[in-house]
Amino acid sequence: MASPESLAPLPADWRDFWALTKPPVMTLVVFTGLCGLLAAPTSVHPVLGFTAVLCIALGAGAAGALNQWYEADLDAKMRRTAARPLPAGRMERGAALHFGVGLGVFSVILLGLAVNWLSAAVLAVSILFYVLIYTVWLKRRTPQNIVIGGAAGAFPPVIGWAAATGRIDLLPVLMFLTVFLWTPPHFWALSLFVRSDYAAAGVPMMPVVAGAARTRRGVLVYTLPMAASAVAPWPLGLTGAAYGIAAALLSAVFLALAAAVARSEEADPALMMAERRLFKFSILYLFALFAALVIDRTLLA
Amino acid sequence: MTPDPLDSRRAHEELIRRRQRSRAIVTALLLGALVVLTFAIGMARMMQP
Repeated sequence: MASPESLAPLPADWRDFWALTKPPVMTLVVFTGLCGLLAAPTSVHPVLGFTAVLCIALGAGAAGALNQWYEADLDAKMRRTAARPLPAGRMERGAALHFGVGLGVFSVILLGLAVNWLSAAVLAVSILFYVLIYTVWLKRRTPQNIVIGGAAGAFPPVIGWAAATGRIDLLPVLMFLTVFLWTPPHFWALSLFVRSDYAAAGVPMMPVVAGAARTRRGVLVYTLPMAASAVAPWPLGLTGAAYGIAAALLSAVFLALAAAVARSEEADPALMMAERRLFKFSILYLFALFAALVIDRTLLA
Repeated sequence: MTPDPLDSRRAHEELIRRRQRSRAIVTALLLGALVVLTFAIGMARMMQP
């Protein structure tokens, strides 16, 4: 058999570049960005709206690629991420870096030229925040990594709104705040039942550093202001009763599930049903909440 | 029986060519989409008040 040294290295498959953009994360980012765009009080040309959402997706993909480039060593230690293109050895690190930087710069310039420079500036800030503040600075240093880093994922509705209106108003700020406060309960619920993975990689997630009991309390503590922020557009007169009632009901269910997590003393990750239920519902919550906002502001306005 | 070194080298080179071909096709499709998008953006901006 020919020795591996004598064979030319395999170029990465295009599917590996696609995997580098973290498509499941992109889904939520695209949806919240689209909702920010649709909830805006001005109509935007469909082509420009499509371009704005495309740029948000490309920016999120760039941030995901750069995150995987920087964290290849961590990903190799975690079962959940070991099959990603870099830790699995299907791609060279340089290719991931060039792809991420190129995609990020392209998305910001395209959004600036096609739509407006305010939305492009917020997109640039969100990419840099995710890569530099969350990935490089916070993730390996503090259990508060997800609290502050969560801001990166909260920018898309602001970008969508800014793309449509050319400004930033109170409603997109409240949408930002809701996603920002939603991130800790969402990720801490996950990190409670995949704690061994994070511990193996030495990532100081809250359950690894502070223990499960404090993490469970943290889930409930962040859920309360999140629910307040989600319902706030209704009493402030920014939305109608349809959104207000939907937000109140969804937040009540979220609160009940978070309270169940706070009460739970389950130590076996395989039996953490309350945590799994909250994690699954938290994804549905954000989709349903933002869909209700768009329906309220467009169809019922 | 040991595999023929020439055969495995040929298979490896064929895999490289297949990947290069699929990457070239994807790149061409993306560039084509970019051209269409750029045209559509230009038209949309011209139609804006």
